[in-house]
Amino acid sequence: MTAELLIEQFLNGLQFGFMLFLMSAGLTLIFGVMGLINLAHGSLYMIGAFSAAATFAFFNSFWLSLLASFSCAAIVGIVVEKTIIRKLYNRDHLDQVLVTFALILFFSELVRWIFGAFPLYLDVPELLNGSIEVFSGIYYSKYRLFIIFVGLIIAVFLFFLIGKTNLGIQIRAGQHDREMISALGVDISKLYTLLFGIGAALAGLAGALIGTIQSVEVGMGEPILILAFVIIVIGGIGSIKGAFIASLLVGLVDTLGRFLIPWVLQTVTNPSDAMSVGSAIGSMLIYILMAIILILKPTGLYGKQLS
Amino acid sequence: MFKIINLILSIVLLFASSAFADGHKLKVGMITTLSGGGSGLGIDVRDGFMLAVMGSKDIEVVIEDDQRKPDIAVQLADKMIQSEKVDVLTGIIWSNLAMAVVPAAVNQGKFYLSPNAGPSALAGKGCHENYFNVAWQNDNLHEAAGGHANSTGFKNTFILAPNYPAGKDALTGFKRYFKGNLAGEIYTKLGQTDYAVEIAQIRASDADSVFFFLPGGMGIGFMKQYAQSGIEIPVVGPAFSFDQGILKAVGDAALGVKNTSQWSKDLDNKANKKFVSDFQNEYGRLPSLYASQGYDTGMLLISAMAKASVNDMEAFRDALRSADFDSTRGQFRFSSNHHPIQDIYVREVIKEGDTLTNKIVSVGLQDHSNAYVDQCSM
Repeated sequence: MTAELLIEQFLNGLQFGFMLFLMSAGLTLIFGVMGLINLAHGSLYMIGAFSAAATFAFFNSFWLSLLASFSCAAIVGIVVEKTIIRKLYNRDHLDQVLVTFALILFFSELVRWIFGAFPLYLDVPELLNGSIEVFSGIYYSKYRLFIIFVGLIIAVFLFFLIGKTNLGIQIRAGQHDREMISALGVDISKLYTLLFGIGAALAGLAGALIGTIQSVEVGMGEPILILAFVIIVIGGIGSIKGAFIASLLVGLVDTLGRFLIPWVLQTVTNPSDAMSVGSAIGSMLIYILMAIILILKPTGLYGKQLS
Repeated sequence: MFKIINLILSIVLLFASSAFADGHKLKVGMITTLSGGGSGLGIDVRDGFMLAVMGSKDIEVVIEDDQRKPDIAVQLADKMIQSEKVDVLTGIIWSNLAMAVVPAAVNQGKFYLSPNAGPSALAGKGCHENYFNVAWQNDNLHEAAGGHANSTGFKNTFILAPNYPAGKDALTGFKRYFKGNLAGEIYTKLGQTDYAVEIAQIRASDADSVFFFLPGGMGIGFMKQYAQSGIEIPVVGPAFSFDQGILKAVGDAALGVKNTSQWSKDLDNKANKKFVSDFQNEYGRLPSLYASQGYDTGMLLISAMAKASVNDMEAFRDALRSADFDSTRGQFRFSSNHHPIQDIYVREVIKEGDTLTNKIVSVGLQDHSNAYVDQCSM
């Protein structure tokens, strides 16, 4: 193994972390701040990817398709919030799980009905195609660097939104005491509609960005849901900073684990066994990490202490 | 007394009704994946099968969606056998679902015709006289890929597949025929969509070729990311990652890739030409490998019905075994463990106008059977 490979894998880990952050940022807002368990987050991710692919097929422009991804997801999110989700804020978590699970089925079939069951095409623009030399001798995909860049922008945007704006103050206040803030004259239902819309838009954007180098197909949103919940739980529910740190941590642990464990095992057993045992352990690593963190810090890295 | 007469009467009626069914309609239960991820495969199998049986008035088909979940497939099979009283089951795409459904169904005296999944367990020790696979044994296409790697002169291949039974079958199949060295061997997570880690390892290895088995969305992600990484090492794979349903999503990244398949759109025989044009007329899209397998399954069933009634199980089984139908693949017969003996071709992804599709470049393995024939005592 060369140093170049190790550095490249480190970059991959970092990049995967930013990808995870993109996937979970929207859910952090919705689950963490609004306290709503939204299993349909993956559906919004899928809607983003499909609207991007449809726009791409029509206009052949990557940038327009990015625009379409988060605006469509935001619109769908707002409509769903106003018609369905709104009635769930005061219900218990089981009701929320049931309703949002029904939404997954509904959106999967709707998308299949509109676009068909076959995967759609979405590709990177010419500008971001190929790779670039980041250090001497180390080439890295331009598109993946772009994902890191967008992840950073989203992180800054959310920190600013929650920490520095008037809206952010209201959101944080609402997180603590929903009744009190509405008694103070803030229209909490409008605030939640907006917040759900932003969360949906982030999910949609992530769907388009990641769908571009993966596949745009029905059911693409379900696997990311589990990862997104893992990130939020590790980071501490409701904490953007926690989600950010947890994403990078999980990204690095998963990537380097998948790569290094089989390599280490190879020194003690034959390559074929090392590979299958190593990859099995590699895929468990994220959950082992989550268990360890929850044992040490039951509310997650940046979660508030339970009162 | 009245009760007893009533009972006898109903027993007589029961027999009469089953006697009435004799020699009439044959009922097929199709369990396949029609919703969620992977539904493209099930839809193609269904459409191919229905195209074949469309003209036949004696076949009644009940279709149900298994959602790619083994527990649901088992429930559907029970329902079809017990309340729908089907004679023949078919349709399952995934090997893990087939393993859950097939052994129970054939032990209850039903026929099972597999249009896709061909796990090694059902070809070897677990083979059954009522189980017929019309597609391939799982290892087949990978074996041909191994053979193709030899004849192309690849000496040092990097191989990868998902870490699940069919993935292991795939690498085993490839290695069974490949004579060169392995530059690396990786099992990826099932359902993994990001391959940056694996691609970096391929780049760092001194491989002269890459073999991968990543069905469905996994393969789309891999091919796009591989093309983007700028690595020039040629890739080889089974047809599943380069099939008609998927090619559009992979895009130009797939152009020129060699892949192995038992069927191709351009196979030059009468049955295939008819199938390709009928399929396009009926559904408005090009058929895939899976559609051809569904179609052949339907044709096989019709050919057996012409020879024997399904109620005479011995005769019907012999009729199936003789495989006396015009396959879209040309030559087709069954080995002693009821899996196809057929040619496996090497195809290349090309562009016809704006449409990506495949064309045959050579025959990979001729009259190829499977490695499990000896393990099956039938």
